[in-house]
Amino acid sequence: MARTTEGAAETVFAGQRAAEGLAVGRLLVERAAAAEVARAAASPAEEGRAFEQALERARGQIAALVETADALGAEILEFQEALLEDDELLDPVRAAIDAGQSAAAAWIGHLDGEIETYRAGDDEYLSARAEDLADLQQRVLRALVAAGEAAGGETQPEGAILVSADLTPSRFLELDWSRLAGAAIAGGSPTSHVSILARARGVPLIVGLEADPALLPAGRLAVLDAEAARLIVEPSSATLDAVETRLARRAEESSVIAELIGRPARTAAGETVELLINVDEPGLLDSLSPESCDGIGLARTEFLFHGGRLPDEEAQRAVYRRLLDWAGGRPVTIRTLDAGGDKPIPGVTPEDEANPFLGVRGLRLSLRHPELLRVQLRALARAGADRPLKVMVPMVTAPAEFERARALFDAVLRELADEGLEHGRPPLGMMVEVPAAALTAERFACDFYSIGSNDLVQYTTACARDNPALAELADPASPAVVELIARTVAAAGRRGVEASLCGDMASDPRLVPVLLECGLRRLSVAPAQVGRVKLAIRRYGGAPE
Amino acid sequence: MTEGAGGAAAATPIAEGSATLGDPTGLHARPAVKLTKQAKGFEAEVQVRAGEAGTWVNAKSPNAVMKLKAGHGERLFFRADGADAEAAVAALVALVERDFAG
Repeated sequence: MARTTEGAAETVFAGQRAAEGLAVGRLLVERAAAAEVARAAASPAEEGRAFEQALERARGQIAALVETADALGAEILEFQEALLEDDELLDPVRAAIDAGQSAAAAWIGHLDGEIETYRAGDDEYLSARAEDLADLQQRVLRALVAAGEAAGGETQPEGAILVSADLTPSRFLELDWSRLAGAAIAGGSPTSHVSILARARGVPLIVGLEADPALLPAGRLAVLDAEAARLIVEPSSATLDAVETRLARRAEESSVIAELIGRPARTAAGETVELLINVDEPGLLDSLSPESCDGIGLARTEFLFHGGRLPDEEAQRAVYRRLLDWAGGRPVTIRTLDAGGDKPIPGVTPEDEANPFLGVRGLRLSLRHPELLRVQLRALARAGADRPLKVMVPMVTAPAEFERARALFDAVLRELADEGLEHGRPPLGMMVEVPAAALTAERFACDFYSIGSNDLVQYTTACARDNPALAELADPASPAVVELIARTVAAAGRRGVEASLCGDMASDPRLVPVLLECGLRRLSVAPAQVGRVKLAIRRYGGAPE
Repeated sequence: MTEGAGGAAAATPIAEGSATLGDPTGLHARPAVKLTKQAKGFEAEVQVRAGEAGTWVNAKSPNAVMKLKAGHGERLFFRADGADAEAAVAALVALVERDFAG
């Protein structure tokens, strides 16, 4: 069939890959509700009614989110819920509507002022809460826009590609991703919270899109190429053909993956590789079968401390217990708090560090707040009674630091024994993320090593993780990084202890052969990548295709 | 706006009390929500301020309580005006004293 020449040439917009995937679909443009704010007001009575209805709608949405969120997520939403019942916050908006403003303009205007107040001054915790206010501001505004659009409410066309200026984590969670093909947003970075959510759930996502989403042609065809980090609007037939071919290959892979998913990961030569998963927040586990993996290779605990919460021993123990219960006898490695760097915790992490990534973070921070680490180690040891739990500490540079962590852990275990509390004696391992630790791995008296490739790449190449201008230089497959990984694996072998890798590198099927070549036989990956990584392992050492 | 309320309402009971914040991060979102929910359970008008020089704000408004920016070790003062004023202040003081537990 002859190829038709399309009226308009295709347009390619570059961005950054946040979550892998490839899709063709119609553009669903989420317009910043600026138009709604600019709209002329109807009568105060109508605007007032619209405002109250939008509040009600937002309350319903938050209540539904609280239902599905885990206990910790629910706490975050509770604050927003309380604000929607706060007449002192809402009455000035109602007054402005009575005075003739539109509901949207009155709401945005008043909340802008409040957000400004939260951000002003040097109170880091309150500044962080400004995000909650901004999230709420957008939610109520969307409710107003949706009410104005049509009686039908929000419509999500099947298989559409969402484009918008930004995507808040709560908005991400409420969208029906079984009906959407993926998203491209102008804001965000590959390390932002929404990117982590998308990776864990296998939703293709491009962030930092170099386009004004509001100017994109809604309803037109586009290719979301989250492999190459490009959005192609109104693709040419040649582009579509090429994408079709790639999609067909991916579909073929998917059927092979479906067969592999419940079986152990093996190389072409039949060698077994332990394949574990990374868990950012336990809510994710509800939709996952433990049968698909060999356990949890990295459970992060930062979510426990989100927004400055300091959970007590019981609360922590319950969460750790939940992870172990889910794994059903498979090994679970939990990492102690890794705050600092790009993960500040108000009141705990230092402020005003010129370079937080080279500052007091990870274990360095925990050793300066031994009371926090102590509570966490107690909760871990107690959760690990008669369970295959391992504990690891992040950001270790020198053996003396690890020794201090070990001494604290020993003291905690003695304390628990004295108190007659049931507990286990989990192996204590270390993350290898700092080149100094990788170079001298053998000197650390740890029970196992887990390589954190994201930071190892950043520190080895001296490229900030969040700087897109350096993406090419921050190459995880660079010989320097590979050398450090191989050295660590060799040191573990000499000491007769386990080594694994739990960074993003392991989740990238293209890099899996490199890691196997380094001698690694234990990888921990993003849950959505288990199948693809199993396939990459299966092909390793086999005949080239 | 309710600053200096009293005068005409002299017949209704007025109660006062205070307690020190033990939570290391101060009055953050979860405790602020708990405090306002507790306060809303009473008929009385309830106000709170952080420190003796602080401004009184409505203890039933999570937004206002959040903006107190009350930090660890700071003393929270309560005052209530209404039929159940005594009970309201006692409940809020107890809430702060038990570190917002329960």
